[in-house]
Amino acid sequence: MFQIILYFSLLVLAISLVLFLIRIIKGPSTQDRILGLDCIGVTLVGFIGIIMILQETIAYSDIILVLSILAFVGTVAMSKFMERGAVFDRD
Amino acid sequence: MTALHWATISPFLLAILIPFLYKYVRRIHTGWFVLIVPLVLFIYFLSFLPVTANGDAVMRSVPWVPSLGISFDLYIDGLSLLFALLISGIGTLVVLYSVYYLSKHKEKLNNFYVYLLLFMGAMLGVVLSDNLIVLYVFWEITSISSALLISYWFHREKSTYGAQKSMYITVFGGLSMLGGFSLLYVMTGTFSVRVIIANVDLVATSSLFLPAMILILLGAFTKSAQFPFHIWLPDAMEAPTPVSAYLHSATMVKAGIYLVARVTPIFGGAAEWFWIISLVGLTTLIWGSISAVRQKDLKSILAFSTVSQLGMIMSLLGVGSVAYYFNDGDNALYTTAILAAVFHLINHATFKGSLFMTAGIIDHETGTRDIRKLGGLMTLMPITATVSLIGLAAMAGLPPFNGFLSKELFFTAMVNVTEYGIFSVETWGIVLPVLAWIASIFTFLYCAILFFKTFTGKFQPEKLAVKEVHEAPFGMLLSPIILGSLVVIFGLFPNILAYTLVEPAMAAILPGILEPGEQFYVNIYHWHGFILELWMTIGVIAIGTLLFLTMKKWSQSAFYRSEQDIFNHIYDSGYNGLIKGSQVLTRVQMTGMLRDYFLYMCTFIVLIIGYTMIRYDAFAINTDNLSPIDPYMWIVAILLVVSVVAVPFINNRITAIIVAGVAGFLVALIFTIFRAPDLALTQLLVETVSVILFMLVFYHLPDLRKEKIKPSFKLINLIVSIAVGVMITLVSLSAFALGSETNFTSIAAYFIENSKVLAGGYNIVNVILVDFRGLDTMLEILVLGIAALGVVSLIKLRLKGSEDV
Repeated sequence: MFQIILYFSLLVLAISLVLFLIRIIKGPSTQDRILGLDCIGVTLVGFIGIIMILQETIAYSDIILVLSILAFVGTVAMSKFMERGAVFDRD
Repeated sequence: MTALHWATISPFLLAILIPFLYKYVRRIHTGWFVLIVPLVLFIYFLSFLPVTANGDAVMRSVPWVPSLGISFDLYIDGLSLLFALLISGIGTLVVLYSVYYLSKHKEKLNNFYVYLLLFMGAMLGVVLSDNLIVLYVFWEITSISSALLISYWFHREKSTYGAQKSMYITVFGGLSMLGGFSLLYVMTGTFSVRVIIANVDLVATSSLFLPAMILILLGAFTKSAQFPFHIWLPDAMEAPTPVSAYLHSATMVKAGIYLVARVTPIFGGAAEWFWIISLVGLTTLIWGSISAVRQKDLKSILAFSTVSQLGMIMSLLGVGSVAYYFNDGDNALYTTAILAAVFHLINHATFKGSLFMTAGIIDHETGTRDIRKLGGLMTLMPITATVSLIGLAAMAGLPPFNGFLSKELFFTAMVNVTEYGIFSVETWGIVLPVLAWIASIFTFLYCAILFFKTFTGKFQPEKLAVKEVHEAPFGMLLSPIILGSLVVIFGLFPNILAYTLVEPAMAAILPGILEPGEQFYVNIYHWHGFILELWMTIGVIAIGTLLFLTMKKWSQSAFYRSEQDIFNHIYDSGYNGLIKGSQVLTRVQMTGMLRDYFLYMCTFIVLIIGYTMIRYDAFAINTDNLSPIDPYMWIVAILLVVSVVAVPFINNRITAIIVAGVAGFLVALIFTIFRAPDLALTQLLVETVSVILFMLVFYHLPDLRKEKIKPSFKLINLIVSIAVGVMITLVSLSAFALGSETNFTSIAAYFIENSKVLAGGYNIVNVILVDFRGLDTMLEILVLGIAALGVVSLIKLRLKGSEDV
């Protein structure tokens, strides 16, 4: 029963990934797309967490941490690009 | 190194000294130093005469590359000695002539004599070598030194053109000849000519007989200016006249004759050999004599006459090769042709050498070689006129000069051919004497034109550049006089040559035909009685005289007016066509666009892999041993496909980067699902860094633009990309099928067992990276370091005032 629930939730997350991808490709503005990529990152955190339970391992915990950081960094970088036209400022 | 070896390479050794002599001994003409070498060599080679006259031969051997069977073997028999004497003897006279011909003050004598000595040494090497590879080496040195000598006045465009042309043609032939020699080696296992002749059965029964023969003949025909490769010889007349006299009449152009005579014991007796050589020789003879008639330049006439006379000697060698078919020395019928060839070889060298030298004298004293400007020189230059008359009469085949004797022998040989009754000569053989006879008429005609247009008629001083025309200095006349007297002496007393030179040379061309102790019967005499040959000669003289007297009528015809050989045109347009064709090909193929090159690469990858897979019937799909797929996996996989396929259709660059980032995240997810945490971690980091890097350069990039590409090009791209994808998929599936069929065991078990035991780590991936396969990791670190340095230098180091690095 527990297994079925886990697989079901994986399916739900996969469907939400599809919806995010549609938003990224369709998204009328760039902000929509950046937000979509950020959401995909967060969804992946959940996805990998469930896979950890399924495979009965803790080997992916650091992936979850890194993924959270990277999704944040990537979103900030892109947002800054939107704001200023460049990722790094020149002094 | 024996005395003979030193003698052969002595011209090379002196060539090293010449520049020093030229530089430090300015008061003496450098030619005088050079004169010593051929003179001493001539006397040295004369000392071999008794040896070869007895039917013996001299063999001297020095190893060069023993492991490859190449040794510097020198072999003197009648044929080599005849050529060695020609080379050193005429070499002496030519050097003597050049001392007076070339000015000490105006010309670069050091270049001239270095090239000439190189040529002399190479030519001696060609005729004396017993080893085919050594022969080939010397052969190519003659080609190179000949090209150098032709372009001696390298500031003239025509000289360099002639040198280039002769180089291309003779080197083409030389390379074919090397191929033929290699085939001989394949058949017999040796490069030694004498050993090959001893094992001639191996060659005759081999399937490589014909290819080897044709390749070697290509070499001989190009060197000896046979039809249709004769075109380089008239253009080689841009060389200084001593060079024309030496290389392009007496020695180098006879290297092909030498080669054919040398390999006659190997190939002789075959019908192909007989017909190819006889017909090519006769075609050359008639083509050269007809072309000579319409030339207006003294040296061009002589060049074409050389072509035709070489054709005559060549055809005689072809006809004479039947002696091997009958293998019968008693019957003089079959050996006359070889006798005529050897005898005419000597005669041609003497009279053609003297004719070139007199042409050079006329050029030197009047400033022109155009027969339309010359005339009436008989009283002004009586000695030159006399020597020319002797040479031309010999060439035309008039008694009592030596040319008459060899022409009579030539006719005898050609008439005899029709009586052989082999190689279907009974039907086609009649062509040979008829062609020979017609060619002789033209020979007579151009000889008459050459003499009467130059020395008789009206003297036209207003057309000449030189003010006072007078006889040449004695030193310049000495060499032609010596050669002219030889023409007369050989003509009056031909038998002084018979058993000293001609018979040993015949024995060398036809070894194994005579019983031990026998000799060829050589008796050359003027009067044969009223037989067919005499009537043929009378006919030649009569018709030739008639043609010369009616020259005014036919000299207006288009035939006489156009000097160009049709094969020159073919050569030039072929040469230009080759250049243009390769340019067009390069332009079509090398567009400079990376996408085109990428298209070629992908196409060829698909074609080559596809051909290989189909050829070995290797496509296979095996669905056993596959893992089950969960429903959510389908969705992830479809997502990945959609995001990858979407990228090419996106027109906004930032969207494209984001979609590519999604694909990267999904790959990381797949790594996680397949239990590869380290890979997933690295993939995530790299993906994020790449996205940020794209963002960094994004600012400087222009907007993605809609390119207007032809739909056909798009279609081709689509087809090729689909083909690449399908091909790689099929190959992967086939590889998987192969793996499951053959049950290879993975080496992973070893790492799993020993990761803790041997390396002390639980993370197997990391243990492999830094312990079991640490070297790869080190080099990848190096790659990253190089990339970082490259980025820094690309950004920081900009050369001022030039293109970006």
